[in-house]
Amino acid sequence: MRILALALAFLSPLRAQVTYERMLNAEKEPGNWLTYSGNYSAHRFSPLDQINASNVSRLKVAWTYHVNSLQKFEATPLVVDGVMYLAEAPSNVTALDTRTGRPLWKYRRNLPDDLRVCCGQVNRGVAVLDNLVFIGTLDAHLVALDARTGEVRWDTVIAPYRSGYSITVAPLAVKDKIVVGVAGGEYGVRGLLDAYEARTGKLAWRFWTIPGPGEKGHETWAGDSWKHGSAGTWVTGAFDPETNLVYWGTGNPGPDWNGQVREGDNLYSDCLIALDADSGKLKWHFQFTPHDVHDWDAAQVPVLVQDVVRGQKRKLVLFPNRNAFYYVLDRVSGQFLLGKPFARQTWAKGLDDSGKPIRVPGTFPTIEGTKVWPSVAGANNWYSPTYSPKTGLLYVAVREAGSIYYFGEAEYKAGERFDGGGFRNIPEEQEWGAVRAFRPATGDVVWEHKLFTPPYAGLMSTAGDLVFGETDEGQFFALHAATGKLLWRFQAGGGQIRSNPMSFLSGGKQYVAVALGNVLYVFGLE
Amino acid sequence: MIWLALLLLQQPPLLDLPPANPYTSPADLEQGRKLYLGRCAGCHGPAGDGGKGSNLAVPVLPRASEDRALYTVIRFGIPDTEMPRSLMAPREIWQVAAYVRSLGRIRTDAVPGDPARGAELVRGKGGCLACHAIGLEGGVLGPSLSAVGLRRSPAYLASRLLDPSVDIPEAFRMAELTTVSGRAVSGVRLNEDTYSIQVRDLTGALQSFWKSDLVSFKTERKTPMPSYRARFTDSELQDAVAFLVSLRGQP
Repeated sequence: MRILALALAFLSPLRAQVTYERMLNAEKEPGNWLTYSGNYSAHRFSPLDQINASNVSRLKVAWTYHVNSLQKFEATPLVVDGVMYLAEAPSNVTALDTRTGRPLWKYRRNLPDDLRVCCGQVNRGVAVLDNLVFIGTLDAHLVALDARTGEVRWDTVIAPYRSGYSITVAPLAVKDKIVVGVAGGEYGVRGLLDAYEARTGKLAWRFWTIPGPGEKGHETWAGDSWKHGSAGTWVTGAFDPETNLVYWGTGNPGPDWNGQVREGDNLYSDCLIALDADSGKLKWHFQFTPHDVHDWDAAQVPVLVQDVVRGQKRKLVLFPNRNAFYYVLDRVSGQFLLGKPFARQTWAKGLDDSGKPIRVPGTFPTIEGTKVWPSVAGANNWYSPTYSPKTGLLYVAVREAGSIYYFGEAEYKAGERFDGGGFRNIPEEQEWGAVRAFRPATGDVVWEHKLFTPPYAGLMSTAGDLVFGETDEGQFFALHAATGKLLWRFQAGGGQIRSNPMSFLSGGKQYVAVALGNVLYVFGLE
Repeated sequence: MIWLALLLLQQPPLLDLPPANPYTSPADLEQGRKLYLGRCAGCHGPAGDGGKGSNLAVPVLPRASEDRALYTVIRFGIPDTEMPRSLMAPREIWQVAAYVRSLGRIRTDAVPGDPARGAELVRGKGGCLACHAIGLEGGVLGPSLSAVGLRRSPAYLASRLLDPSVDIPEAFRMAELTTVSGRAVSGVRLNEDTYSIQVRDLTGALQSFWKSDLVSFKTERKTPMPSYRARFTDSELQDAVAFLVSLRGQP
C-alpha cells in the first residue's frame, strides 16, 4: 500500500509540475530553488538553516560535476524536487540527480560557428515552468525542453544572431510566460525584452529598450543612432505580483565609449524598467547613467524589499549600480528616494534631487585615455547581491578599481563590433574589493570583509546566519551574516569564478552549490 | 597550454586577416602614433624602446615577425603577461601596428662598448649572476638575462643599471613578512590572495603562509639590486650593456 502511494506520488503530474503558484510561494519550499535568484524578489536568500554559523566549519565537498567547456561558468542551477537543471556553456543543459551528482539527461545544442558574443560563450541559467525547462541560446533562440527527457518541445528565434544578438541571461517564468532578454551591447543591436507563451513559444509581448520613431524617448537619440543603440537586457530581473510589474535592468548604449555618434540621454539604456507583466507596457523607468560613455550597463539584479524611507513604509527596489552609486527607488512609482556612492568614483559630484548624476567635467574617454573610477567592470556587475530578511541587510560584492577609458572610431557594420574605443587597467593601481553589508534604506555600511582583488562573483545569504561568496583568487567562503566574520573557506584551484551560489535540500539534507572555475561544486555537512 | 586553448577558443577566426597591413599611409601612421601614445607608450615608452613593456624599436619583433601576428598580439594581448588585449577597431589596430613597425626602422642602435669585457664584468665585478641567470649559470632571485637583448634596448638597460628601482615587474614584487613565531622572511612574491601569500625567499626556497599566521607583511615594487652608478665606470657600463644586448637566448 505504501509502495503504491509512493508510486502514485511519484507519477502524479501535479507533483512534477512547477506551477506559477509554487514560484510565488517559493519560501514555502525552501528545499527547492525555482528561479534564478531563488524568489521573485531576487533576494538570493535560502531559508534553510541546517548549515549555519555554528557548523559551517565542517562543510565538505559532497560531489562535483565538471563541465566540458573552458568558457566562463556563470550559471546558477535550479533544483526542483531532487533534480538539478544546470546550464552549461555555450548553450547546453544537463539534468543532474542531486543525491549522486550523476546526469539524468543532457541537451547539447549545435551552434553556428559565426556567433557574435562580446565576452565569452556563456550562459547564466535556465527557467522552469510546469514540465518545461527553458534556455536562451547564443544564437538567440529560446528553447523549451521537456523536464523529464531533455527533448526539445519548441524552439523560437528571438532575433537574428548575425546582427549581433545573443542570449546569455537566465529567463524568468512569470505567470504563464517566459521573460527573456538579449545581449549584444558591443554589436549595435536594438535592445529588447520579450515574453513568450510558455506552452507554445509564441511571442506574448515585446518591449524595445530603444523607442522607435514617434515613441516617447526616441528624441534622446541623435539622428539614426537609435537603430544601433544597444541597451541589452542580459541579467535576470525581478517580479512583484502585487504591482504586477517585471523589473529589469538595461545595458550600455552603443557604441560603448564613443558618445559623439549618439548625442542625447539615450533612453532606455542604463535604466531600470518596470513593465506590466501581462502587456509588456512600460509603467516607469529610471535612468542611472544618462548618455553613458563608460560601458556602465545597469545590468544588475534589482532587489525588492519593504522598508521605511523618508518616514514612510514603502515597496522599494534596491540597485547597487555598476556606476558606483547605490540607489533606492519606490518600485510602485519609480520615484528616486536615495542615491549615494558605495565605492570610489570620480565621475560625478553627486546626484541631484531627481537622481540624475552631476557629472565631473573631463571624465569622458579620449584618444589619449582618461582615468576614471569606477573601472569599466564597475563597482558592481551582473553577479548577484543578496538580501537577508533575517538580518534585514543587503550584501554586495564590491569592486574598488578604476580604468583608463579610450575614445575610438565607431562605424556601424552589421554583425561587427561597435564599441568606439576601449579601456585598460590603471598602471600601478592596487585594485581591491570587499563584501559589504548595507542597511537597505540608508545605504550605510554595517560591516565589510576585504578582498585582495576585485570580485566578479555573487553572494547568497541563508537563514543559517551565513553569507556565501567568492574571491577572484579561487576561494569560496562563508561569512557571519551579522558580523562579517570569516567562518569557512575553500580553495578551488584558482582560475575564474564568475557565478552565484544557491542552496537546496536533497534527501532532507541541505547542500550549497556553486560553479568555481569549470566545476560545479556541491557542499554539505559530513 | 590551457591558456593557449583558452586563447584559441575565445578568438574569432582570424583567417580573413590580410597577410600584410592594409593601413600604412602617412595619415595611418600619424593616427597610429596618437593611438600608440595613449594606449601603448605607458609601458613600451614614447619612443617604443621599452620600459615596463618590451622594446618595440627593433627590426624583428620576437613575438610578431609578420603583420598578422602583430595584429593578433595587439588585439588579444599576451596571456600571463601584463600585455592586455585591445578593443580598438580593426583599422585602429592596423594603424598602431604600422606605427610600431616604423619604430624599428627609425633607429638601429650601434652599441658602443666591448661585449667581451662586458661579459667579464657581468660575471665578475658586477656580481650579476648572484641573482640573475644566463643560460645554465646564475641565480633565480631576479629575472633571467638569457634573452634580455631581445626585450630591452641599450638605453633602457643602461638606465636600469643606474637606477634599478624603476619599473620593477609585477612578477618580482618583494615581500617582507614576519610570522607570529617571530620569523622574518623576505623574498619575491609568487602569488597572493585574500587569505594567503607565497614567496621565493632570498635563498630560493619556496614558502607559503596563511595571512592569519603573520603579525605583519608588506609587498612593494622594490628590488635588492644595487645601483651600478658608483660600481661601474662609464666605459664599464657601456661594456656591460654591450654584452647584455648581445644576449638573445638559445639559438
